[in-house]
Amino acid sequence: MAVDRNAVTVGTVLVPLIRTTGFHNWNRYAAVNDEFVPIHMDDEAGRAQGFAGAFGMGNLMWSYLHNVLREWMGDDGRIVSVTCSFRAPNNRGMTVEARGTVTAVRHEDGERFVDLELAVVDHDAPDTVLVPATATVVLA
Amino acid sequence: MTPDRTYITPQMRDVVGLELRRSTSFPITDSDIRRWALAVYYPEPAPRLFWDADYAAATSHGGIVAPEEFNPFAWMTVPDPDTPPRERVAIGFVSPEETLGLERPDTQSLINGGTEVDYGVRMRPGDVITSVGRLAGYSEREGRLGLMLFTTTEDTWTNQRGETVKTSRSTLIRY
Repeated sequence: MAVDRNAVTVGTVLVPLIRTTGFHNWNRYAAVNDEFVPIHMDDEAGRAQGFAGAFGMGNLMWSYLHNVLREWMGDDGRIVSVTCSFRAPNNRGMTVEARGTVTAVRHEDGERFVDLELAVVDHDAPDTVLVPATATVVLA
Repeated sequence: MTPDRTYITPQMRDVVGLELRRSTSFPITDSDIRRWALAVYYPEPAPRLFWDADYAAATSHGGIVAPEEFNPFAWMTVPDPDTPPRERVAIGFVSPEETLGLERPDTQSLINGGTEVDYGVRMRPGDVITSVGRLAGYSEREGRLGLMLFTTTEDTWTNQRGETVKTSRSTLIRY
């Protein structure tokens, strides 16, 4: 169900997306994005690059952030912009949480724009931010 | 403040703004969109907007649309007749400078510094998307890893009607 646009205020928290990650979701993403990169498919390849093992695609965490926005807005909402940076790896077996909080609500040209602070974090160590992000959306 | 040493040569400054790459997708299909949605929502079910034509027709979109971050260039793009086949296969990282015929800066490591995207119209089944990438600029600063070179590239995607699908800016950090 789409968000009640009239109930959205600064501080509104979106329903988070929580995923335990590993080859089961990374391989599916590799199959649609043609992203068969050894560091995402092979623990040895990840260790050879200085990581704990294989780790997930930044592009898939980018999708998770969009999923959170879409789930919150409903089909008729519009994503205007998204920014992110990649700070830490999504290690195999990690449970990630994509989440968002409203930081501003404003009206422009008859539309309701909402700014949000987003992040993908380690669900079990939420101070570990893998992907800080921001977004602006228009609610229907 | 400009550091005493620099990776940015006069030749690099001269190529800022030049086109780095141009790609055209094959027409997007319903299946491309459905499979993408299934993969990025797994193990949750994908929203019906991305696979149920009757449902999607009743929304404000009037039909199936792709998730905003959908990539229509995966697997293969329409071959460029001006590019010899053996040059279509890139091996490893090819720097923007090498793409433009310059020597790459003498850096040892690179990381993805982040992405900014402004979205336009949605992608739909049947759309053909063209991507044009340009070198947008350079900057640099001293960090804990030493002198870091920030390279920004900008990609603009348009559909077959000339409508902007998205504009993205990506920053590559080299040091």
